[in-house]
Amino acid sequence: MSLHLKSAAELGRGLAAGEYSSVELTRHFLGRIGQGNGRLNAFITVTGERALDQARRADAAIGAGRGGPLTGVPLAHKDIFCTDGILTTCGSRMLSNFVSPYDATVVERLAAAGTVMLGKTNMDEFAMGSSNETSYYGPVRNPWDEACVPGGSSGGSAAAVAARLAPAATGTDTGGSIRQPAALTGLTGIKPTYGRVSRYGMIAFASSLDQGGVLAQSAEDAALLLEAMAGFDSRDSTCVDAPVPAYATQLDRPVKGLRIGIIREFFGEGLDPATGDAVQAALDAYRRMGAELVEVSLPALPLSVPTYYVVAPAECSSNLSRFDGVRFGHRCRDPKDLLDLYTRSRGEGFGTEVKRRIMTGTYVLSAGYYDAYYLKAQKVRSLINADFKRAFADVDVLMGPTSPTPAFRIGAKVDDPITMYLNDIYTIGANLAGLPALSAPCGMVGGLPVGLQLIGPHFAEARILAAAHAYQRESDWHRRVPPAWA
Amino acid sequence: MTLTRRDVENIAHLARLGIEEQELPVYAGSLSRIIEFVEQLASASTDDVEPMAHPLEDQVQRLRVDEPTETDHRERYQQNAPQVEAGLYIVPKVIE
Repeated sequence: MSLHLKSAAELGRGLAAGEYSSVELTRHFLGRIGQGNGRLNAFITVTGERALDQARRADAAIGAGRGGPLTGVPLAHKDIFCTDGILTTCGSRMLSNFVSPYDATVVERLAAAGTVMLGKTNMDEFAMGSSNETSYYGPVRNPWDEACVPGGSSGGSAAAVAARLAPAATGTDTGGSIRQPAALTGLTGIKPTYGRVSRYGMIAFASSLDQGGVLAQSAEDAALLLEAMAGFDSRDSTCVDAPVPAYATQLDRPVKGLRIGIIREFFGEGLDPATGDAVQAALDAYRRMGAELVEVSLPALPLSVPTYYVVAPAECSSNLSRFDGVRFGHRCRDPKDLLDLYTRSRGEGFGTEVKRRIMTGTYVLSAGYYDAYYLKAQKVRSLINADFKRAFADVDVLMGPTSPTPAFRIGAKVDDPITMYLNDIYTIGANLAGLPALSAPCGMVGGLPVGLQLIGPHFAEARILAAAHAYQRESDWHRRVPPAWA
Repeated sequence: MTLTRRDVENIAHLARLGIEEQELPVYAGSLSRIIEFVEQLASASTDDVEPMAHPLEDQVQRLRVDEPTETDHRERYQQNAPQVEAGLYIVPKVIE
């Protein structure tokens, strides 16, 4: 089997067994990126030299018997993670000249686990988008159909892994930015519990929602990578100080007796019928494996999109005020005074969607409107959280579709922000409540992948990974590769 | 709620965002649609509901001993600055 068709876990085992070296593997993937990236636009920066350096060190570690399960395995990092000495753009003109002076904790930990960084992946600007079309570096194409979007905001990571330009990639998820692209490209993507993974060096969008995670070929790969990147970090004040379970060793937990709640609100109007059928078939498979399926209702959940579009822009307007053209990032030419420096640097540096969200956030936080919008949204957020809490008193895991439709065509939704925002209708709830959630491939519609979403209670990553793994032992959707990239 | 061109100018000023003249009506249109969309929150009954500021319960802000933990990286950090002089960030004159 060609090297790029192997999962990260398989590659780790092959490296440990000496079947190939990390340098060979790294060259193989760098070659694929060289050939394929022109078509997909999945990478903003390719870090070939650094990758080969890391690969040589990994080979030495394996040779000395100091290798772990990921030593020598190549990866791609979303360009939202700061990487020491390497361009870190966040998909924005604002940071198109920013060479980070430090590594994000996620990058540092995955490097310490022996992984090799192939490059930095394209993304929606400042992670604001669901199609990767807001990137300053241009849209990313979906390897399953290059006329379609890969989803977003972690669209470059999704396309890179789907086309097997990288065995796995990091991503971030504020409202669905790991799960929705994973669904649209046939990958397994996990957003852990809020606070599980350090946000240090992960460029902030909406700090009460942002969380780092993984886009991978299988639940097993996601478990291995999450284990390596999760855990306490004193440099992120919201990072939770709790031990990280050995996710990869808990994958064989049985599904028999698992109580699965089917979210009624996720199967209503707006769900593409064929997508719904694919999700239903996966639920039937769980029933055959011995799980118990019950319908649950989360009545406040339909308000998650409007809640999000108050909370997230409010937090973004505050976070993005740091980009002022003074200390780093884009500065306009010949500013005539300080106000001109701020307004023109920001006006030129940010794209349309980012400006729209900063202005939405500024408006909902402004005097006279704060109570009606921001405070109200935070109260509705409590209602949504209470709905989840009630549901988890009765069931072990919640399931439903990840996205209402398969991948759509590039350009199809760019003119109307509301239509674009509704792509995240099933994913936002988990962010508002800080819950771990995963998308796993469960079918194909018209040649495009469909994702099944699994949501767990706080810190139940091991449970949702094991549930996805059990399904992946019974199905082969996660093994499918776009024919043009096999 | 319909936002006018004037409203957009005010918001953009508060956010220190330069918006091109011809873009003002475009933003007025899309921001009005977004505000109208989020106004459905008003339909939810939230009497006696506490606003949720943090996704996890029982989390407290960690404190640390007030001791310096960082060393000086000014030179390194200023490599990303658009304009520096003698270790200082240069901006247009603020006080005449």
